[in-house]
Amino acid sequence: MASVKIVLPGDIIDTRREEDTTQQESNVEDEATVIRLGPGLVQSSEAVSAVTAGVLHSNSETNRWWVAGNKRRYVAAVGEPVVGVVVARHGEGYRVDIGSAHDALLSHLAFEGATKRNKPNLAVGTVVYGRVVVANSVMDPEIECYNSNTGKSEGYGELSEGFMFKCSLGLARRLIDTKAPVLAALGNGVPFEVAVGVNGRVWVNAGSVATTILVANAIRNSEYLDAKQCRQMVKELLEKQ
Amino acid sequence: MVAEIGPSNIESAFLLEALKRGTRVDGRGIYDYRTLKISCGPTYGLAEVQLGQTRVLARVSCEVTRPFPDRPTEGIVLFNTELSSMAGFGLDSSRASTQEVAISRMVERVIKQSRAIDSEALCILAGEKVWTIRIDVHFLDHGGNLIDAASIAAIAALKHFRRPDVTIDGEEAIIHDVRERNPVPLSIHHTPICVTFGFFGASGDMLVLDPTLLEEQVQVSSFTITLNSHREICALNKAGGIPLSPDQIQRCTQVALAKVDEVNEKIQLALKASTA
Repeated sequence: MASVKIVLPGDIIDTRREEDTTQQESNVEDEATVIRLGPGLVQSSEAVSAVTAGVLHSNSETNRWWVAGNKRRYVAAVGEPVVGVVVARHGEGYRVDIGSAHDALLSHLAFEGATKRNKPNLAVGTVVYGRVVVANSVMDPEIECYNSNTGKSEGYGELSEGFMFKCSLGLARRLIDTKAPVLAALGNGVPFEVAVGVNGRVWVNAGSVATTILVANAIRNSEYLDAKQCRQMVKELLEKQ
Repeated sequence: MVAEIGPSNIESAFLLEALKRGTRVDGRGIYDYRTLKISCGPTYGLAEVQLGQTRVLARVSCEVTRPFPDRPTEGIVLFNTELSSMAGFGLDSSRASTQEVAISRMVERVIKQSRAIDSEALCILAGEKVWTIRIDVHFLDHGGNLIDAASIAAIAALKHFRRPDVTIDGEEAIIHDVRERNPVPLSIHHTPICVTFGFFGASGDMLVLDPTLLEEQVQVSSFTITLNSHREICALNKAGGIPLSPDQIQRCTQVALAKVDEVNEKIQLALKASTA
């Protein structure tokens, strides 16, 4: 059974594996395996070191290594769904706070069916669900509220009712996986809508105020519970109602 | 650095809707504290308080100094707070925001002006040597209601702290090393605890105890009352916000009296359980 390896920022990672040693003896000169570094790892000259605290994972088929950490400060990456709050309006579009170090830009035209004549009118303080399209270390991130390939909103756009709360990035990632036990258990009990942003923000809308509060608290409490405990917790919450 | 932004439209609307029905967004009743955990130690004078998601660490230390010239027989109490970006988004330790200054002044006033610490007992040799007690409060996580958490942490740390023992021999003062003689506690007269309320609605008719960060951002008024276990009011603080009626103040005082007793019990348990 492979042991769990926890790394801290600055740790040098040894990417050779024990199963490879037999191979090394026979293929001494063919050592040039390409290692792909995922989140949390950087290469400095010859050595690979960790930059985030977390559990080290590797995939032997694709030879990909990454660190799965849990923190609360989001760093934008392209393609990720995020929940943001409009903080300012410009001529070109909006500035949206997504929890990263810099606010993201959202163009007026980045909505389903938007044209120069027909632009959406979002007030400051509106909550939006969008997808990150530009994210690098030198520019402000940019998001869009529709799928630019199909032109459809696909769930992105303004979120008008319900409630939004913040959680850790690790919990948000687990919720995105639709088989998350807490969402499945809640879904069996009450009808609700949820939009999860990997920036650690979750929007929930159920029929009534009390149900929305129940769903929000169940999700918040599920962070350190395993599947069985989640189902138990949800059952108790629904019975108390 | 991103400036402090307010809550989103749906968060404030939902919070007010829930309050109209008498519930809070985290499922608490309006007069419920969040889970309060106090831990003291491992060194003397170190206390960490967790009030829901808010976390505060207080550290007490001492050194021998000259007294102020106009107060030759009194010790000195110094108070310092640190609210850095570790505690929350948009916070910056390089310049103290008005909010941080307000919190810092409030807790300092509660400790010093209510004469919780006996400063005369801190005197070693009048005019020459006195103890300077320094209280450092670090805000580790801002989940709302920093004042209450900071006051509990500061007073728990003070009660937990031990200073080196001193013997006066005529004109000389011998300060004993902690390994030779057991250190002695400070002389604390009483235990002031702050209790904060937040008010909502156009006339402030809805109130909550121990507001979370979101509730603090949405509230129209805030009121802090500081009481001790002898049922004495040590301080009242209401800075800005909409006016409150005398009945509301009375109601808050009654609720606060009950809460202060609970908090005091928790502090006693934490001091007993301390590993120092």
